[in-house]
Amino acid sequence: MYGSARREQFFETHVVPHMGAAYNLARWLTRNDHDAEDVVQEAYLRAFRFWESFRGADARAWLLAIVRNTCFTWLQQNRKPSLELVEDMPDLKSAQANPEALLLANVDAEMLRRAVEELPLEFREAIVLRELEGFSYKEISSITSAPIGTVMSRLARARTRLQKALQGGAA
Amino acid sequence: MNCEDTQVLLSAYVDGELDLVRSLEIEKHIETCPACALTVQNQQTLGAALRAGSLYHRPPQHIEERVRAAMRSQTRTKRINWPILAVAASLLLAGVFVDRMVRFASRPAPQTLVAQEVLDSHLRSLMPGHLADVQSSDRHTVKPWFSGKLDFSPPVADFAAEGFPLTGGRLDSVNGRTVAVLVYQRHQHLINAYVWPSPNSANSSVTATTLQGYNILHWTHAGLEWWLASDLNTQELEGFANQLIQ
Ligand SMILES: [Zn+2]
Repeated sequence: MYGSARREQFFETHVVPHMGAAYNLARWLTRNDHDAEDVVQEAYLRAFRFWESFRGADARAWLLAIVRNTCFTWLQQNRKPSLELVEDMPDLKSAQANPEALLLANVDAEMLRRAVEELPLEFREAIVLRELEGFSYKEISSITSAPIGTVMSRLARARTRLQKALQGGAA
Repeated sequence: MNCEDTQVLLSAYVDGELDLVRSLEIEKHIETCPACALTVQNQQTLGAALRAGSLYHRPPQHIEERVRAAMRSQTRTKRINWPILAVAASLLLAGVFVDRMVRFASRPAPQTLVAQEVLDSHLRSLMPGHLADVQSSDRHTVKPWFSGKLDFSPPVADFAAEGFPLTGGRLDSVNGRTVAVLVYQRHQHLINAYVWPSPNSANSSVTATTLQGYNILHWTHAGLEWWLASDLNTQELEGFANQLIQ
């Protein structure tokens, strides 16, 4: 009973408070409200089982690693044809943003949302973890099990694509 | 440092993720390069737009209660089984078939309990360092590893040619005994195959169940109980079961 009481306390203080972050990531990766809820529920059940794998660093990073793994499993099982995996070859030269100034006042929030949604899965994930959750490259590397150099290149390429999408739309 | 070298690093520069030396090199470069300076400026603007808050998906209000309910029902199936069964059994004491009913109630669907244990072991094996005690794709390494550790000799075969390479083995405890676990892989999916001597000599066909999203297969063949646990789809997992039976 002691172990299970500790587990419940751990959950209340370290895991439940991050349900918003869990849902946000799941929603961006699945791009669907209903699926995001299913993934969050499954991820919390897994986290509940695996709580001993938490090593006392950052519970939000630990939880989001479980959420993204649950998402990937879920996407593989439910949406094989549209699972986009991207090779990590740099394509910066071919996809350079237009050399025009981007003005914050001109950024259409809805257009930006669509541009992020259209990013390949792994770019989208990197952008959400960096810009919406504020994780460092090292933390993103550990959450996504990707080398830091890969995280760096995914973010660079994602941003180039986003800029292109925003400027292409404005032109 | 020229523009080409800089291009990949500008994004990390904006994020403050470069070391001091490279950071200073970039600063020096953008002082004299309007194109890279504009890229930095645009990336800062993009970052501000992304972080402005409108992109953050807020969870629906009911989700917390939904998740709590799911967690409660998961712990309940593990903990509260016995009291419920005791109450059920005591209510039946007045009945004529008391003896038979109590015996029935005290052994609730043993296969379901074993399936749950198999799943628990499978999930535990996914944690770092828990998957295999002996790691090898060579059955001539895995098989002798088991000898002396078990009171039976598990059949160890590799199915790499069929797309299911053997990656290792371990001992585990299921159904109140020590069992052999053979670890196979199918693309990125892990398959744990549990095997131990069966009390029944009769062969049984393969039955499939799904527990918490994982597929669990069971059969008896040649005096051995077999259980498979994996997140691989049922169809491929059944195909693999047939390989093991042959
Ligand atoms: Zn330049």
